Amino acid sequence: MTAQVITVTSGKGGVGKTTAVANLATALAADGKKVICIDGDIGLRNLDVVMGLENRIVYDIVDVIEGRCKLKQAMIRDKHNPELYLIPAAQTRDKNAVSPSDMLRICKELRPEADFILIDSPAGIERGFRNAIAAADKVLVVTNPEVSAVRDADRVVGILEAEEKGNPLLILNRLNPILVKNNDMLSAEDVLDLLGIQLIGIVPEDESVIIGSNRGAPVVTEVKSRAGQAFRNIAKRLQGQDVPFMDLDQQSGLWNTIQKLTGRK
Amino acid sequence: MEQITALVQIKGIRDGLLATFIDAPWEDQSVALLAQIDERQAFFQGARLAMDVGPQVLKVNDLVELRDRLSERNVSLWAVISESPTTEQTSQLLGLATRISKPRPEEHKQSADAISDESALFVNKTLRSGTRIEYPGNIVVVGDVNPGAEIIADGNVIVWGRVRGVIHAGAKGDRSAYICALDLSANQLRIADEVSASLKPQKDPRPEIASINGEGRLQAELWHTG
Repeated sequence: MTAQVITVTSGKGGVGKTTAVANLATALAADGKKVICIDGDIGLRNLDVVMGLENRIVYDIVDVIEGRCKLKQAMIRDKHNPELYLIPAAQTRDKNAVSPSDMLRICKELRPEADFILIDSPAGIERGFRNAIAAADKVLVVTNPEVSAVRDADRVVGILEAEEKGNPLLILNRLNPILVKNNDMLSAEDVLDLLGIQLIGIVPEDESVIIGSNRGAPVVTEVKSRAGQAFRNIAKRLQGQDVPFMDLDQQSGLWNTIQKLTGRK
Repeated sequence: MEQITALVQIKGIRDGLLATFIDAPWEDQSVALLAQIDERQAFFQGARLAMDVGPQVLKVNDLVELRDRLSERNVSLWAVISESPTTEQTSQLLGLATRISKPRPEEHKQSADAISDESALFVNKTLRSGTRIEYPGNIVVVGDVNPGAEIIADGNVIVWGRVRGVIHAGAKGDRSAYICALDLSANQLRIADEVSASLKPQKDPRPEIASINGEGRLQAELWHTG
């Protein structure tokens, strides 16, 4: 096994990097892959919370780097998936406790152990971001259909191009098809037109994502959730499968039926 | 080892430290710099370093590697000064400064002489947010200029693409400079000291040219062929 190292980043904070990592990792593990997640947000960790593993942390990534434990000891096994692991960030240190070459070394050691290594990048374009992309084979840029988020994503794409990290792939998160229809939100076309990078998935706005994150149970495990379906599709595409994009307009909710019946848009 | 460390001279300037290199292959130069730093770690702790690399042509990978190695030694690289346009562009892409506060008068004169109306910096890609391109002559971009990107030219600016960032032509005060683009929905254009705030994005964009008109105001008009 030689793992593919995938870094999830965005520039702007709060667009759903951590949620994306937790969901993609869970979906990949559900497909039978061995997955290791690394939380790169030293000092502001929360991937452990979203994955519901907070109370199992004994050692973290800084302990590994500073030699207080072995890499295996810092790998926390997921509650439901025996093939899913998390290496948590340290909460009491800052980004300078890790260097890009530390990340390269850790990923090199982990590569033979897994199919996928997912790295959750912190917001920003400083040290933490550089650490997160140092070992990446592939970079996923997450953005929301908001002008500020797209602007920051553009900056990040520019840096990735300058550092010759290959072509980043785009996840457009929290798209609301109804707002787009009424011209109240940037459409997927608007975002792609500006960023000019390849799209790997559109995740519709879905409140079950927030509920899942708060419960420490990623939404991807919910069969009915549309956001969960979108994340499952992205995970399939990461495995090289050709999955058609979901039709976001076709919705089955009661409200939509009423809207259709009354002819309201 | 002594021989190799002699390739680089480090001195204090107002903004931190300045490393000046003697002409040699880049591998030797960077090794020399790191060796000097390792020799006097305490002195270099937390230092802000600028480098004058002379005519050295540096690619992104070269600078990224050195920057990471410096940051491991707790030295932050903030500026790279070079006579090579490639190296200048590389440093701008990485968000490093390409000028330091102390100007180098003899070189400025040289570059002013070197600019003729025919010379231009050719940029063959889309400029993304955070990119800043400065050039003491004309600039031609084949690609878009995205919001958050800046182009500053002492001469004219031509963009074969869409402009949504900031463009400053005639930055040294040339009021006859102009800006042309296939779609000029920039959020700000400047020519010499005139500023025009955002032009309305058009539904059906057509090539436009912006210049200072007879009344001394910056205005954009459609490009007419023939």
